[in-house]
Amino acid sequence: MATVRLSFSPAPVHVRTARLVGVAVARRAGVAEELLDEVRLAIGEACTRAVALHRQYGLTDLVTVEMSDSDSYTVRVIDHGPIEASVGLTKLPPDELADESLTDDALTTGVGFALLAGFVDDLQVRPVEDGSGTEVRMVWPVARR
Amino acid sequence: MELSLTTRTVAEYTVLEVGGEVDVYTAPRLRERLIELVDAGARDVVVDLERVDFLDSTGLGVLVGALKRLRTAHGTFGLVCAKEPLLKIFRITALDQVFPIFPTVGAATERDGSGPAS
Repeated sequence: MATVRLSFSPAPVHVRTARLVGVAVARRAGVAEELLDEVRLAIGEACTRAVALHRQYGLTDLVTVEMSDSDSYTVRVIDHGPIEASVGLTKLPPDELADESLTDDALTTGVGFALLAGFVDDLQVRPVEDGSGTEVRMVWPVARR
Repeated sequence: MELSLTTRTVAEYTVLEVGGEVDVYTAPRLRERLIELVDAGARDVVVDLERVDFLDSTGLGVLVGALKRLRTAHGTFGLVCAKEPLLKIFRITALDQVFPIFPTVGAATERDGSGPAS
């Protein structure tokens, strides 16, 4: 099993770097070419969410992305926001998406989660084991090498 | 790839061609440009996504914001997109039910511009 770990300051500019690394490691791990767009989008959404949480709560802690391959390709995106920030994370129904009263942040969060849930078959959002924070864990199949 | 934004006029439509990656870092520039266009009087706006390589939830949020702004201003808003990976994003988020999506700029600018943005 190989592991690649990337930590970055919670700034939007670094999310692209995380996407690029995540896709490069996925390709090397043997994730099917046709899934790479989805891997790229899902890692980007998970990191965007983590960066937004850190900024919302004024946290300067690094966001961590850990990628590992064994029987599958597993990506864990770890933030340090309060766990209650992740409660109520849900997909928005279409009739609420263009609702005038919905804030841009709430819309983006809801759409982001819809993308994660839609593109990742094996998705878990759970509290980190130590301290405060949430781990978004995503798993994709790899071809036998 | 960096975000690129180019504006042109087709009949009464203002067409904003977007290229590159629209994400949490670049989406604020797209938002600013759309606000500038509406503030400058554009009422029938088409955003052409054909040269977009990547679009995330932040970019989708900016597009919904523009739709709402034009709806308030009694304008129209449409998207041009024929790329299957992007169309899948609109389907998964159910935003294909929110935006009028056209396969070409021609199709987007041939419609009757007098209807409400929906």
